[in-house]
Amino acid sequence: MKILTCPMNGDRNIDEFQSFGPVRAGLDPDRTADAEWARHLFRAENRKGVVIEWWRHVPSNYYFLAERDLVSNEIIRTFDSSDPQGRT
Amino acid sequence: MSRLPAPWGSRIDRGRTVRFTFEGRACEGYAGDTIASALAAGGQWMLSRSFKYHRPRGLFSMTGAEANTLVQLPSEPNVAADLTAVREGMAVTAQNVNGSLDRDRDAIMDRLGHFMPVGFYYRTFMGPRRDSWLKFWEPIIRRKAGLGKVDTNAQHRHFDKSHLHCEILVVGAGPTGLSAAIAAAEAGADVVLCDENPEIGGSLTYGRDDPATLAGLAERAQSLSNLRVMTATLCNGWYEDNWLPLIQGDRLYCTRAAEVVLATGSIGQPAIFRNNDLPGIMLGSAAQRLMRHYGVRPGRKAVVIAADEEGYGVALDLIEAGVRVMLVADPRSGDMQGPFEAELRASGVSVQKAATIEAAEGTAGNRHLARVRVGGRWIDCDLLTVSTGKVPAWQLPCQAGAKVGHDQTTGLMTLSLANAGVHLAGYVAGDDGLEGSFRGGRRAAEAAFSRLGYEVAPNANDAASSPTMRAAHVQPVVAHPKGRDFVDFDEDLQVKDLHNAIKDGYCEIELVKRFTTVGMGPSQGRHSALATARIVAEATGRSVAEVGITTARPPVGPETLGVLAGHHLPLERRTAMHARHIALNAVMKPVGAWWRPYFYDSGDEARKAIHSEIMAVRQAVGLLDVSTLGKLELRGADAGEFLDRLYTMAHASQPVGRVRYCLMLNEMGSVVDDGVAYRMAGDRYYVTATTGAVARVYADMLFWNAQWRLRVDVLNLTGAFSGLNVTGPKARSLLATMESDIDFSREAFPYLSGREGVVAGVPVRVMRIGFTGELSYELHCPSSLAPALWDALMAAGEPHGLRPYGLEASRILRLEKGHILIGQDTDAITTPDELGFGWAVSKKKPFFVGKRSIEMRARLGQSRKLVGLRFANDAKAIPGENCLVLRGGTPVGHVTSVGFSPTLGYTIALAYVYVGDATEGSLVTVKCRDGALVDVPVVAHAFFDPANARQEM
Repeated sequence: MKILTCPMNGDRNIDEFQSFGPVRAGLDPDRTADAEWARHLFRAENRKGVVIEWWRHVPSNYYFLAERDLVSNEIIRTFDSSDPQGRT
Repeated sequence: MSRLPAPWGSRIDRGRTVRFTFEGRACEGYAGDTIASALAAGGQWMLSRSFKYHRPRGLFSMTGAEANTLVQLPSEPNVAADLTAVREGMAVTAQNVNGSLDRDRDAIMDRLGHFMPVGFYYRTFMGPRRDSWLKFWEPIIRRKAGLGKVDTNAQHRHFDKSHLHCEILVVGAGPTGLSAAIAAAEAGADVVLCDENPEIGGSLTYGRDDPATLAGLAERAQSLSNLRVMTATLCNGWYEDNWLPLIQGDRLYCTRAAEVVLATGSIGQPAIFRNNDLPGIMLGSAAQRLMRHYGVRPGRKAVVIAADEEGYGVALDLIEAGVRVMLVADPRSGDMQGPFEAELRASGVSVQKAATIEAAEGTAGNRHLARVRVGGRWIDCDLLTVSTGKVPAWQLPCQAGAKVGHDQTTGLMTLSLANAGVHLAGYVAGDDGLEGSFRGGRRAAEAAFSRLGYEVAPNANDAASSPTMRAAHVQPVVAHPKGRDFVDFDEDLQVKDLHNAIKDGYCEIELVKRFTTVGMGPSQGRHSALATARIVAEATGRSVAEVGITTARPPVGPETLGVLAGHHLPLERRTAMHARHIALNAVMKPVGAWWRPYFYDSGDEARKAIHSEIMAVRQAVGLLDVSTLGKLELRGADAGEFLDRLYTMAHASQPVGRVRYCLMLNEMGSVVDDGVAYRMAGDRYYVTATTGAVARVYADMLFWNAQWRLRVDVLNLTGAFSGLNVTGPKARSLLATMESDIDFSREAFPYLSGREGVVAGVPVRVMRIGFTGELSYELHCPSSLAPALWDALMAAGEPHGLRPYGLEASRILRLEKGHILIGQDTDAITTPDELGFGWAVSKKKPFFVGKRSIEMRARLGQSRKLVGLRFANDAKAIPGENCLVLRGGTPVGHVTSVGFSPTLGYTIALAYVYVGDATEGSLVTVKCRDGALVDVPVVAHAFFDPANARQEM
C-alpha cells in the first residue's frame, strides 16, 4: 500500500485518504452556457501528465493538495492549500 | 509401504499414525505427512485428472505449484495435496473426474484431443445463436472442466488481521534468506524472516548439504532477539512502498517494511517430451523432498535427467535410498565434472552425456510411468527425475518492478531491479551454489541496513562482491509429432498448440497467453513461462529477451477470501440513553451504525404499542431520543456567509435566537440533506444534519471551505452532543414545571426560535421545531449529561402522561404531517421543485451550491412531483415503498413512504406522480406488490393539521 505524506499528519497509509480529483478552474455560473455547465458537472479531464489534486485525510478531515504523475503514480509533493509556494 | 528409515523423513512422526480416506478408500500416513506424501507412501501416485484431456496426473514439484495435486476436501475445493497436512478422519476425493479417479469416463477426451485444437473455445462456442454460450455450451463445459465443488454450507472459520512493522523483511528462509536475516539482525536491525515452508532452511532441508550447515544457521538465528522468524507464512504480494501481505494460517499480517530482501529462490523446470506428464515423472527436488521430508521412496527403478550438479546429487540420494538408478542422462556435452558427478561415476552408475529424453510411455491408461526412451533406447523405470535447470522465482521481484531478461549464451532467465528499497538476493540475483547464496544474502543485507544507517562491519566485503556465474545449460524442448509434449500441465497445452497460435497470428506473448490460456492455471506460468517464451522466440525469429514473459501480479499463491475479509468487526454506535432504552424494554434496530429504539415493548402487540406511542404524542407528550442527528457548530465572522453559500435559504440575515430550516443541494441541483440552523450569536450557528448524511455534510463543508477560505470553523458535535425531543400538546406545561432559567412560554419562546440555558441542572440549547407537527422543544446537551436530563424529563413528565416513543412512531408522526425524510422521500435527482419546496429556495441570493443547476433544470421542465396519497379503508391493496405509480401503463413515479395513520384512521403515502396529476383530487394508479392496480386520490402533503396550528401554539 502506498504511503502518502500529509502536510499535517505526516506519512500515512493511502487508505486513510480520499481523492477529490484534480483542481479545476472555477467557472462563473452566471457566465457559463448550459452545455458548458453540464460538461463541468459530468465530464472530467483524464490526460496523461502531472496534475494537482485535492486529497482529504479522512480521520482528521483535512484537505490539502498533492502533485501527482498520473502515469507513474509518483506523488511529487503535497502541500496545504493556503501555501503560496504551493500554487504553481 | 515404501517408507525409508530415519533419518529420512524429517517432517514425519512415525509414532503417530493418521487415518484418512482417499476416493473412499482407507489410507494411512504419519503426523507431519502431506496428503500427497501419505498417498505416495501407500503407492497411490495418481492424484487428479487433467483439465482438458482427463489424463492421470500426480505430484510433480511438491511445492503446491501446479494443478496436478489439487484435491477436494468436504468443505474446501482445490486443496494442494502436496502442501496440506493430512489429518485424522480427513475425507479426500479427486476433482474433475466423471466417475472415479481411477476409472474416469472422460478419459476418452485424451483420444478426442484433435477435435479440440488450441483456441477451440473461442472458435466453437460462438453459435448457433447469440445466447448459445450462456444457455448451452457454458453449462456443459462447467460440468466437464470444473475444478472442485464449493460447499455452500461450510462452517465459518475465524480469520483475523494483524499489522506488522519491521526495518528489514526477508522473504525466503533458504540459505540466502537466512544469511541475509542473520547479517541484518547482527548489525542491529529489526528483522522479520518469513518462509512458506513449515521449517527454515529451504533447499538445505532436502538437498545433499551437510546438516551441520543448517543447524549452525538455525542456532545463530535463534539467538537473535531482534530477528523474528515466521515459518508456514506465505508472502503473497509486493505492493507500493514495501507493503506486503504475509499469510500465516488464517491470519493476514499487513506488513510494512523499510527495506525488503527478496530471497525467493528458484523454480525447477520440467523437460518437454512426449508423455512428460505421467505420474512418476517429477522434479529432482520433488524426489528429494519426498525422501528427506517424508521418508517416502519415490520409486524402485529410476532414470535421472541431470543437466546440472543438483541432478547428480539427486541420483546419489536415490542410490542411498535404495532406488536402482538405471541411467543418468545429462543433456550437456563436454566435460564439466563437479564433485557429485565424480562421486556418482565412482559408484559405477552409467552416465550418458549429450543425452535427450525423447519420450515416455505409461502403464495401462497412462496411470504411471513405465519406460522412457533415451537416445533411441527404451529403459524400463517407474521414476524419472527431472533436473533440467531452474528459473528465478520472479513473481515478487517483478511485482516490485524487476525486469526479466534472458542470457542468450547460458539460456538462463535473469532479473534486474531498480527499486532502492527492495534488494534481490540468491538465485533471483544470479547467485548460485551454497557459497554464492551466503554471499548474496549478506550482500543484500548490507545494502539494506546501510540504507537504514547501520554500520557495515569492517571485515565484511560482500557488498562489493558480484553474483557468481551459474553453470550454463539449455533445457531441451523435444517436440513430438504425435504431441502430448506438455508445456503447461494445468491447461493441457502442448508444443503444437503454441505453434498453432503463432500460425494464427498471435505472436506477442500476452496474446499467446490469452489465446492458448498458457500460464493461466494455478501454476501461473511457474513451469511454463520460460518454455513458452523460448518456443515463441524460436518460431518468430526473435530472442527470448525480446519475447519476454507475461506480467506477474499479486497474489503469488492462492488465498482464501476469508483471509482477505478478516473477521467481522461491525461498527456500532449507541446513544448516551442506550441503557435507558433497554431498561424500558425498547426493541432496538440498527439505523446505519446507530442503534435506535424501534418501539418500547409494553407487552402488547407491536402495532398497538406503536399506535399508543403516536397517540401519546398527539394527545399528551412524548419523548424521543434524537441523539443520532448530525450536529455541527459553525463559528467565525463568515459563518453566515458560509451557510448562505451551502444552503438554499438565507442564513446571514437570520436573526440571533431564530431557528431556520436548511436545505442542501449538490452541484447538480439535487437535494442531499436538510436540517435546521439555530443562530446562537452573530458569529455562531448550531446546525443539524440528517443521521445518515452528517459525515458527508461535514466533509463537504470543509472541502468547500478549503477552496473558499472563509473565516469559519466547523465542529462536528454529533457524538459529543445528545438531543431529546419533547413533543406534544402538554410539552410546554411539562417543561414549565422543571427547574430552568428558560422561559418556555409562547410569548417568550415562539415557534422557530432557540434558547440557551439550564434545565434540571444540565446546560442545554433548546429549539422549537416541529417534526411531529405538535408543540415541540428539542433539547440538546453534552452527551455526558444527557442521561441525567432524560431521567429528569421522565420524572417530571409522569403526571403529564409522558411516554418515550420510538423510530416507527416518529416515522408515522412525520408522515401524517407530510414531512419528508431525505434519502427515503428523495433520490439522486430530486429537486426542491419536485418536493414543492420553492419556499425554501432563496430567490435573492446571488449564489448557493446547486443554484445554477436548478435554474437550468427548471428550464428543462419538471416531470414529477411529490404528493400525498390517501387510501380508502376498503382499498383492495396497499402499496409498499418503491411501488410504481403508473400513467397509461408507463411508470412515472413511485411510492416513497407509506403507513397507516392511527390519528386519521386511514393509510397515507408520499409518492412521486406525473407533475400534471399533482393537484388535489387527481386520481393516480399505483401498482402494488401483488400486481394489483389501485386508483388513489392525490391529497395535500400535510395530511394532519395543514394549518400548523398545533406546532405553532
